[in-house]
Amino acid sequence: MTAEQTTALVRLTDVSKYYGNIRALEGVSLEVHAGEITCVLGDNGAGKSTLIKIIAGLHQHDAGTFEIEGEESRLGSPREALDRGIATVYQDLAVVPLMPVWRNFFLGSEPTKGRGPFKRLDVQQMRETTRAELLRMGIDLRDVDQPIGTLSGGERQCVAIARAVYFGAKVLVLDEPTAALGVKQSGVVLKYVAAARDAGLGVVLITHNPHHAYLVGDRFVLLKRGAMAGSHSKSGIALEELTRQMAGGSELDQLSHELERAPGPDVIGGKKVDADPAG
Amino acid sequence: MSAAVPAEADERLVRQSWLRHMMGRPELGAVVGAAAVFLFFSFVAESFLQASSLSTVLYASSTIGIMAVPVALLMIGGEFDLSTGVMVTSSALVSSMFSYQMTANVWVGVGVSLLVTLAIGFFNGFMLTRTKLPSFIITLGTFLMLTGLNLGFTKLISGTVSTKSIGDMEGFDSARALFASHLTIGGVDLQVTILWWFGLVALATWVLLRTRVGNWIFAVGGGSDAARAVGVPVNKTKIGLYMGVAFCAWISGQHLLMSYDVVQSGEGVGNEFLYIIAAVIGGCLMTGGYGSAIGSAVGAFIFGMTSKGIVYAQWNPDWFKFFLGAMLLLATLLNAWVRKRAEATK
Repeated sequence: MTAEQTTALVRLTDVSKYYGNIRALEGVSLEVHAGEITCVLGDNGAGKSTLIKIIAGLHQHDAGTFEIEGEESRLGSPREALDRGIATVYQDLAVVPLMPVWRNFFLGSEPTKGRGPFKRLDVQQMRETTRAELLRMGIDLRDVDQPIGTLSGGERQCVAIARAVYFGAKVLVLDEPTAALGVKQSGVVLKYVAAARDAGLGVVLITHNPHHAYLVGDRFVLLKRGAMAGSHSKSGIALEELTRQMAGGSELDQLSHELERAPGPDVIGGKKVDADPAG
Repeated sequence: MSAAVPAEADERLVRQSWLRHMMGRPELGAVVGAAAVFLFFSFVAESFLQASSLSTVLYASSTIGIMAVPVALLMIGGEFDLSTGVMVTSSALVSSMFSYQMTANVWVGVGVSLLVTLAIGFFNGFMLTRTKLPSFIITLGTFLMLTGLNLGFTKLISGTVSTKSIGDMEGFDSARALFASHLTIGGVDLQVTILWWFGLVALATWVLLRTRVGNWIFAVGGGSDAARAVGVPVNKTKIGLYMGVAFCAWISGQHLLMSYDVVQSGEGVGNEFLYIIAAVIGGCLMTGGYGSAIGSAVGAFIFGMTSKGIVYAQWNPDWFKFFLGAMLLLATLLNAWVRKRAEATK
């Protein structure tokens, strides 16, 4: 696996995307290698979602190149991306809440048995595989028949990740997997992200939490207002610097400066007292 | 029952009791409601329990039930269809007038009607997936257009509001045998529509629970974005559901035509609500992603029992709609209550 590191699983070079006259993304480059985690960091509106949609096949890029295993590509649909081994797990729409866990696990790629009009779902296999695969990822489900909406947010993310791993994804794209989760749940999810990496997948982790990114990431791409604000390997950047850049770098310095100089309520009250005798 | 089950070593693998499993089914509320209605009319109407009455009740149920099945599937898929009632009439009108005007075999008209009706269903689904407008608006449009077309075409071609009799045409008898005949089983006279109904319920249940398409139907209704993201053909599934509705409208339409051999062009308006009511009483969620075909059958059976039970109880049938409305409210409340309990105890 390490010998194949010369060809990236996914390589974006100077990719741009415009919605009419709005620049959603411009000149973004990133690489995803097998057994590595590439983190994409950025604030709201930085272009993370647009980037993810291009990789997932929901949108097409307007400029630049998008290579999958060295071959230039333009994905027409999420189905096509899946067929090329790119699985995307979205934060809020990874699963259908009312459906049982096992139906969700195989949704869109259901195994069947029998032929002709008797072609039917292999329910037995679906149930057993779901239980076994989730157990392998360390998720211990009481009942695969329960609606997936009854699981916690972290567990749902993990089911979606386990699903992608099971279906032979080579590249796993995770959209803010820890955004809505508590500290403990986030840790659980990050553990599965690492497990997926150890299984040899290339992972794209989209997040605005530099602490989570630094825990598992090998490469870091920073986005800001639709453009690249930096690209680092783990050895090339420390957590403090990553946090500082992520939080806006010089803007943060200025903000803290402003906050320090802001007059407190007492001072305003004092000024008023000063102004009264004059008036 | 619970006392007999030995405690498992692994608490996670404790088997759900049979009762608990039943509590989680969408049709439970409807079954309880149907039992209540059945008991009620057994007490107030003496003749209700006779075999001939029961066969009449089943026939009334089947005419609604045949359409309630695909409407339930469509609602599980997260969409509505308000054009179903008049679509049945359109289907009957097309086969009647095509056969009569072209002086062809009745079966030719029946075949043309199938194509036309499926095309209407395709139109509904195609418009929905293309325009992304709510299905309420799209099918309300279709409903009005079909109502106008039914009346306009019939007057234009026949000169009156009803079609000409096709009873003496070639192929009528065999078509009637398929769509509107009687069977006598164990001395009880049963309409063939009851068989169609049971067959459709069985087929729909099979599709829903045991095929890939069934999985997709639940998914497009329960979360179409999630479904699309994992590669489910959302638009095709929805168009397919509308065409399923059209197919059953064709069956109902042929039954309508073959039982009377003439069709009134203004018929069918308002029936779409009966189909939706049966599906909702049967446990379909208005928001999609949940429900069952068997539930829709139980809903249709409640409808049949109420509409005929009132007659057997020798009440004024003018009150029927009131009972139907009250029934809908009660059943929906019961459903919500049962589902809440079932989910809470999980």
